[in-house]
Amino acid sequence: MSNPFIRLEDVSKSFGLLTVVEGLNLEIGKGEFISLLGPSGSGKTTILMMLAGFENPTSGAIWAGGKRIDSLPPHRRNMGVVFQNYALFPHMTVSENVAFPLKMRGRPGAEVTERVGKALDMVQLGSLAERRPSQLSGGQQQRVALARALIFEPEVVLMDEPLGALDKQLREQMQLDIRDLHRRLELTIVFVTHDQSEALTMSDRIAIFNRGQIEQIGKPSDIYDHPSTQFVAEFIGETNLVRGSVQSIEGGTARVQLPGGQEVFIETATDLRPNGSVCLSIRPERIKVGGREVAGNKITAAISDVVYHGDHLRLVARSDSQALVVKTDRSQPTLSIGEEVQLSFLPSDCWVVRP
Amino acid sequence: MNPPRRSKQVISLVLVAPLLLFLVFFFAFPLVTMMRSAVSDPVAARALPTTARAVSSWDRVSPPTDEMKAAFVADLRQIGDDQLFGDLVRRLNSAKSGFRTLMSKTRTAASETDGNIDLIALDKRWADPSYWQAVSVAASSTFTDRNLLAAVDLQRDASSAITALPADASANKVIMLRTFVMALTVTVVCVLIGLPFAMIAASVDGWKRQLLLGAVLLPLWTSLLVRTAAWFILLQDRGLINSVLMQLGVTSGPVPLIFNRIGVIIAMTHILLPFMVLPIFSVLIGIPKNLMPAAASLGAHPVRAFLYVLLPLALRGVVSGSLLVFMSALGYYITPALIGGARDQMISSVIAYYATGAANWGMAGALGLVLLAATMILYAIYLRLSSEREVRP
Repeated sequence: MSNPFIRLEDVSKSFGLLTVVEGLNLEIGKGEFISLLGPSGSGKTTILMMLAGFENPTSGAIWAGGKRIDSLPPHRRNMGVVFQNYALFPHMTVSENVAFPLKMRGRPGAEVTERVGKALDMVQLGSLAERRPSQLSGGQQQRVALARALIFEPEVVLMDEPLGALDKQLREQMQLDIRDLHRRLELTIVFVTHDQSEALTMSDRIAIFNRGQIEQIGKPSDIYDHPSTQFVAEFIGETNLVRGSVQSIEGGTARVQLPGGQEVFIETATDLRPNGSVCLSIRPERIKVGGREVAGNKITAAISDVVYHGDHLRLVARSDSQALVVKTDRSQPTLSIGEEVQLSFLPSDCWVVRP
Repeated sequence: MNPPRRSKQVISLVLVAPLLLFLVFFFAFPLVTMMRSAVSDPVAARALPTTARAVSSWDRVSPPTDEMKAAFVADLRQIGDDQLFGDLVRRLNSAKSGFRTLMSKTRTAASETDGNIDLIALDKRWADPSYWQAVSVAASSTFTDRNLLAAVDLQRDASSAITALPADASANKVIMLRTFVMALTVTVVCVLIGLPFAMIAASVDGWKRQLLLGAVLLPLWTSLLVRTAAWFILLQDRGLINSVLMQLGVTSGPVPLIFNRIGVIIAMTHILLPFMVLPIFSVLIGIPKNLMPAAASLGAHPVRAFLYVLLPLALRGVVSGSLLVFMSALGYYITPALIGGARDQMISSVIAYYATGAANWGMAGALGLVLLAATMILYAIYLRLSSEREVRP
């Protein structure tokens, strides 16, 4: 990145003997929406807490807007934080909550009133200004928290699993709302989540965390289509991991033998050695059933399960010892369990992942 | 009403009956008795029934009539019970001193002859209307407000108007005021120590929290008398505290800590501190952990975050803790009695003096009633204030 707004340089954080973040380097551009995605305990929240100033890095440096901020106390960092459980002040009304950051900055009363009104209108809560947080629904509380974190026009907004406590429908609505605010206000957002679909829908870039380190960072489509490791492939979306051994490499194509003896061709994006073993990730929706007209790899397999999902069918097919999940649309003729089918997929859909 | 519901009601009534009976016999009944004794004054009316009738038409200013004197002598001859006579003398003497000698002299004279006695010839004091006023007031009603008035340093003068007692006659108002000032001081000191302590206890966890709470609870499990006795030993001129101070060279001579106000405040604060710490602590641990970080992220300096967020939320605990401490402190008796000097005695010791020393149950009841009323008024104010800014988290 040519001109990153936030830069984490070799940041480590340990609690006693437990190292939560190890030698992390991360650059975040201005106006970027970046998601930190990973299982719990992967260090993503700790990074957010270090950005916000609630935790100090054990070593390394954090820069924001050209200034080193890792020794700055939280109240002087000018970062808006949206907490998991909203952290609204229960003894204040909605408008008092939203006015709090401006009051702390000593803004004059008239300006505070005006900006609070605008901020509440932005999240469509103007009519509830005099309520207390306990009188609001979860989604409304979340929007108050959002308005409160945005009203002082922070340089960065940090969000710690802000949608975790909402039900599915509300969560999807809020995802769109937050994305919309991000675009309109040109905010820089660091979004921590363990929900991969949330990260895919909202982010400009996703950083996948595993055991305190970034496993892969990139655009959502890059990460989904080209996962670099087995962990990423399994964490983002659903996938079939197939092991095999490289038989030969010709040009950009390699021939791989599966444990059962069947052979598939793959495109070699990474350097492969003949006779080396390899792990392939094949997304379920890339595999076609039947498909005599499709060029590419063909495998015979027996259907062992058919699961109805409304808009699609999920098939489990067994080829030798390998189980393959296949996602098909419902234009397929009905398949019965035990039926032998031909599965086909393109060499470019076989993506080599590191174990 | 259908039968099962009625039987349920009977069962619940049976279940609460022990508590109810206990409260009636050991709380309500003694309370009512004490309140009654504060205002009841039956002795003179019982001992002097004919006099009561005779003085009812008297204007309480002119010299006593012959009818009154005759009735009084007749009543005196009727009193066979020495106990009743003693009570009557004590009652009259408390209204006007001098009755003690006057009454025994008159009774002796009345018992020696059956005929008419010239009271004024017997003692010139019988010509003084003020003695007859005392008799008249005492005999005309079985209820009196003199105890209640005396409890707040007031009295009725000859014309039944309420006036202040002479400055040297009583010090109840001073002692009552002192009681409130001392209770308030203890409450403030408890807040100043208890709030930070509760905040620390709420912010740590595991064995540290157990240790801190244990330090608060331990005194609660020890008897009040034992704790006071311990302070009695610690605070002495050659006690632990003073000997340490002198050994460290902080002071050359012992700091006077016992038999004065400082000692009483120290001991009472120590004894009452748990009642401050525990309510604050229980409110504090109910406050979500992320509110202070949220305030900081929104630009609040730690001090302002404390003032705007934590303190308002903890206030409920502080207020209920203060109420507990203040109310308990008002009734303290043993600690000031053992550790305080003569000028540190609280209203309870005055009540104890009247109840056990002077056997004046009327005054004891009246002072108790005044203390109860003052406490109830304060409690009502607290309820009013706390309902106005009620916080629903």
